[in-house]
Amino acid sequence: MPQYTLNVNRKDHVVDVAADTPLLWVLRETLGLTGTKYGCGQGLCGSCTVLMDGEAVRSCSLAVADAAGKSIITIEGIAEEKDHPVVKAWLEEEVSQCGYCQPGQILSAIALLKQKANPTDAEIDEAMSGVLCRCGTYPRIRKAIHRAAQLKGGGQ
Amino acid sequence: MSDRLRINRREFLQVLGAGSAGLTLGVFRLAPALAQDGSQVFKPNEFLSIDSDGTVTLWVARSEMGQGARTTVPMMVAEQLEADWEKIRIMPAVAHPSKYGSMSTGGSTTVRRGWEPLCKAGAAAREMLISAAAQIWAVDRAGCKAENGMVIHVPSGRKLGYGELAATAANLPVPAEVKLKDPKDYKIVGKQKMRLDTPEKLTGKAVFGFDFMLPGLAIAVIARPPVLGGKVKRWDDQAAGAIQGVKQVIEVSHGLAVVADSTWAALQGREKLVVEWDEGENAKLDSAAIRQYFIEKSKEPGKSARSEGDVAAALQTAVKRIEAQYEVPFISHSPMEPMNCVADVRSDRVEIWAPTQNPQSVQSMASELTGVAMEQVFVNTTLMGGGFGRRLMADYAEEAVELSKLLQAPVKVVWTREDDLQHGYFRPGSFHVLEGAVDAQNQPVVWKHRIAAPSISGQLYPQQPPRGNPDLVDGAAQLPYRISNLLVDYVMANTALPITWLRSVYNSANAFVNESFLDELAHAAGQDPLAFRLSLLPPDHRLRGVLQLAAEKAGWSEKLPRGKGRGIACHACFGSYAAHVAEVTVTRDGRLTLDRFLCAIDCGQAVHPEGIRQQMEGGVIFSLSVAMREAITVQNGGVVQQNFDTYEPLRIHEIPARIEVYIAENNLPPGGVGEPGVPPVAPALCNAIFAACGVRVRRLPVSENDLRWS
Repeated sequence: MPQYTLNVNRKDHVVDVAADTPLLWVLRETLGLTGTKYGCGQGLCGSCTVLMDGEAVRSCSLAVADAAGKSIITIEGIAEEKDHPVVKAWLEEEVSQCGYCQPGQILSAIALLKQKANPTDAEIDEAMSGVLCRCGTYPRIRKAIHRAAQLKGGGQ
Repeated sequence: MSDRLRINRREFLQVLGAGSAGLTLGVFRLAPALAQDGSQVFKPNEFLSIDSDGTVTLWVARSEMGQGARTTVPMMVAEQLEADWEKIRIMPAVAHPSKYGSMSTGGSTTVRRGWEPLCKAGAAAREMLISAAAQIWAVDRAGCKAENGMVIHVPSGRKLGYGELAATAANLPVPAEVKLKDPKDYKIVGKQKMRLDTPEKLTGKAVFGFDFMLPGLAIAVIARPPVLGGKVKRWDDQAAGAIQGVKQVIEVSHGLAVVADSTWAALQGREKLVVEWDEGENAKLDSAAIRQYFIEKSKEPGKSARSEGDVAAALQTAVKRIEAQYEVPFISHSPMEPMNCVADVRSDRVEIWAPTQNPQSVQSMASELTGVAMEQVFVNTTLMGGGFGRRLMADYAEEAVELSKLLQAPVKVVWTREDDLQHGYFRPGSFHVLEGAVDAQNQPVVWKHRIAAPSISGQLYPQQPPRGNPDLVDGAAQLPYRISNLLVDYVMANTALPITWLRSVYNSANAFVNESFLDELAHAAGQDPLAFRLSLLPPDHRLRGVLQLAAEKAGWSEKLPRGKGRGIACHACFGSYAAHVAEVTVTRDGRLTLDRFLCAIDCGQAVHPEGIRQQMEGGVIFSLSVAMREAITVQNGGVVQQNFDTYEPLRIHEIPARIEVYIAENNLPPGGVGEPGVPPVAPALCNAIFAACGVRVRRLPVSENDLRWS
């Protein structure tokens, strides 16, 4: 099998997997980074969202070959930064219930705040509509993004 | 005893702080008992322990699926224990048939059933720690008080931490009677507390079932029959076996398992399998036929669930009669984390890691399936990405146990989203025939509700006929309004489509019917829907308070322009009382917007107010999602919906612009919270749609109704 060098959370990893393997499974099972979740496998629910060169991407629908050489940030990479404003806002607004979709929500919010330092509700809805939450935490996600924007513009 | 068991046992004892310096207390059996090894601790079938360093360990026997069990259970114990909240440590309890009581996490039971035993367990430990301090100081215990993890001798100001008192307290008798704290002295219950599980869920460290791994763990997906209940006839696994990482293809009860060293390899292998299926009996199962079957059943003579007055006579003499038919579809739980389970079956021992709402049923299933004694079956409940009732079933755990037994190796069975939608157990659909009447004084005099629906218990446990009314009348037979001639009856209409409990169970369908038809009756009587409800509720009914609270906050009496409407609905279930007000806009071309949703809840003593707000907000959104557009349909014996494109829960841009939650304050015994917020949502929404545009939605989901008006 081919080898790929993946830069995940600011470190290079050499992985030996089939070229069409979705990044999601490489992160979870090859690198043991299980914070990135499987929800649908079709890019419909956004639970698998990670940042690739700063943009939110669906890792379930991205072949590992296409991620090679790019900078990938997962929820574990965000957690390494102490007091990340988005994580802090999520904590203060008590957003999570089951928590399964929240890594995808947080990474999507980080990507949004990088584009727009102070998004409106409409801009939040547009940017976040790709990430499903079955517990119904959406109102708190809106509040947490506003709070993160206040805390410092949010981007990582 | 295997090596792993020995390790587990050792870790367990370390956690317990066993030896000479630990105090543990049972929840349900408040009598002192020595550990079997003779050390001075209570047996490890226990609920709380205090280590010599003052750490308080609490075993949580109810599953955490997002509803906050791992926070509310500690809050109840810690309050009475006067514990230092910073020193609380949580341990998910390993399944046991009896020592924790029921571990089943359904029916909104964690707080309402746990309240008394958990409060008493905390209070008994507190009293023992006070006695221990009094004994050490040789003072009258009346001069001692417990506070924030220590006992204080008030006259002298001396203090001892719980850790320092644990060894002495462990030798004291457990008091038979304990006094619970006065609610006015609460420091934890009813106060704002951050959920204990939040931090790990924001860093990727939280371990859900899907995330659990063991060294060398095999991963399996199962090729499932396209027709429900079908069987494998023959197959060709040559192409599947050629996928790198696929180890084996093996027939199991539910289909063909593809076993691999990674999830991706297993999925690829399943894609390449060529399977010929024996379709079995359900090849003609079809939603239109099921609906027709319900309609036919609704015409058969019904069995009475509740009968008052004389409905037939009253219908004859009534001034105005109305009739309506209501129906709801089958729906899916669709938790974000699909089903999965890890099982390690050995000849004398089974260990399971499952995202389950019912670890005890997983334990008994595994014991039965493997022949391994119950006490050698260890079920660890992982965190779960939503449950909503789906994980009360043990089917997916059964697959892992069956496969691990066959492979003689640990294995993780994972389901894809497609597996989850197509091979789930659903909220049953139902068909309802309603008749009502008002008299010359515009008072309602008849309520007649006929239900044709499958029974969950009837389908899951066909050999156990219900005592009393079957489940399918829940929420219908308990209509809270005083109407002199009333008949609620039913015809059980079971089908081959698998069903199970889903958040609020039959209350979601029956409250939709009750509260929508009551609205119709109010309009028939020319009365305001809120005033009409209040006039029919008994004077001391707790629904009155929440109706008034929701209506007041909504500005119920303010008029709205045509095209905008406000609807109200209420329902009592699982020990709590909820009322919702919906505000919507319907354009002339039939486009619906959700403007505002208010929810008032009386759940008795509010244990964790922020958690209650979460559950109410979430309940509103979950229920709106279901009401707006969710439906499971069947064609040629298989579920039509495949993934979140054809079964799409509401997204962030579709929820109401404002959702407000109001909690009634009182110190009555706590009621449920996870489910009671769900049932009034659909009728409040549909009553608001009627108020906005005059279209009465009697068939869910709303998306299948034409809302155009002129």
